[in-house]
Amino acid sequence: MKYVITLLVGMVTGAVAFVLLLYYNPFVGNQSVSPLAVSELDLVDFSYSLLASDSIVFTNDGESHMQPHPAKVLQLWEPTVKMTRALVTILNDSRGQPAGLGVKFSSDSEKTRLINAEVVVDSVWHIYSPEHGTFFVDQTENFWPYLHDIVVPARLSGGDSWRGSWYGITSTGPGALGIARVTGGTGDFADTEGEAVESIAARAYSAITGPVAMTGKLTIALPRQEALP
Amino acid sequence: MGIAAAAALVYIYPVVDQHREPSLITVRPNGGNSESFHIRLPGDRIMAGVTGSTELTPLALEWPEHDFLANMQTELFKVRNENGVVIGAASRMSGSSEQHGSFVEWVVHLPARGSMFMTMAAKPSADGYREGKLRAGTREFLTLNGTIIERFVNEADDSDSDNVGRIELVTALVGLPDELE
Repeated sequence: MKYVITLLVGMVTGAVAFVLLLYYNPFVGNQSVSPLAVSELDLVDFSYSLLASDSIVFTNDGESHMQPHPAKVLQLWEPTVKMTRALVTILNDSRGQPAGLGVKFSSDSEKTRLINAEVVVDSVWHIYSPEHGTFFVDQTENFWPYLHDIVVPARLSGGDSWRGSWYGITSTGPGALGIARVTGGTGDFADTEGEAVESIAARAYSAITGPVAMTGKLTIALPRQEALP
Repeated sequence: MGIAAAAALVYIYPVVDQHREPSLITVRPNGGNSESFHIRLPGDRIMAGVTGSTELTPLALEWPEHDFLANMQTELFKVRNENGVVIGAASRMSGSSEQHGSFVEWVVHLPARGSMFMTMAAKPSADGYREGKLRAGTREFLTLNGTIIERFVNEADDSDSDNVGRIELVTALVGLPDELE
């Protein structure tokens, strides 16, 4: 009997050690330098609030800690869309002025590999900017650093919350260096392609209601006007 | 042993397993394939935002009154396959501006398969269809190219005031030339 107990205790200890190793993996870091920093393309910055209550519409399966907004919006409860979120929001320019409208769909990805510190989300943006036209942005995002640095500490804290100053780039592809792909739809950039990077700047998070003070930023790199056909 | 078991479990067990519906694809005689996506109205409309309109969806929607949204309509829908099963979500943007002209665009997002970005003709044909093309795709649609037809099928029924019809998006897609080689 004592051998069985020893085996069980050993396995539980090993499993706990593995989880700790996974969480405190010294080889995993938070990317905070944008690969577009060295781009020679024209950069356009769009920022938006990550609070559901600041959005025009936010919906999910209705069971997440982030509640849909407005309250009676249709929810994505069907099995095929249960792990999908839809966000409609005003996009602000670098001066904080409204500069466009964005629709973002994001779904949990089957490429998620906890052992590689990858919590992957497949996401696409449909954007209208009166200055630049319309765009489609597709990307994969890795939310492991966000979960590791913000969500887990918030859940472990006595007050179910996290406060601090955190910045991280979520885009991880499909392009080289983790760059998202941009396709122009209408306007000057129709039929052209560009690059994008999305990031999050967080100051407060609640384990009960989700983001409290958090901003998303989408930087789009477009061909220079003189290079357009 | 515990470490090995936990590692094996994390490695083998899928953290995310998206629910899949069979793709209802018809092979076209000239190559490529065709698929039909349906949106029931008004039931599948998640959001309809138009500046100045009093008939917004959802009812509590506070649509922003910015000048640049004056001639725009933005809608969100659930998307169904031919069997009427919800398989994704979609956004439709339409509008006109002096700078960019008129446009109608769709983004269809199918979590288990990928996404499609479609640009449509601003004016529908005489038959009421609107034609467009696949501008970009992800995952399953990444290497495809082709056309899309958007049409409204009137199904208004006096006995069912909650059903006015459906939007159909019919895709005719084929692999890009270098993918066929």
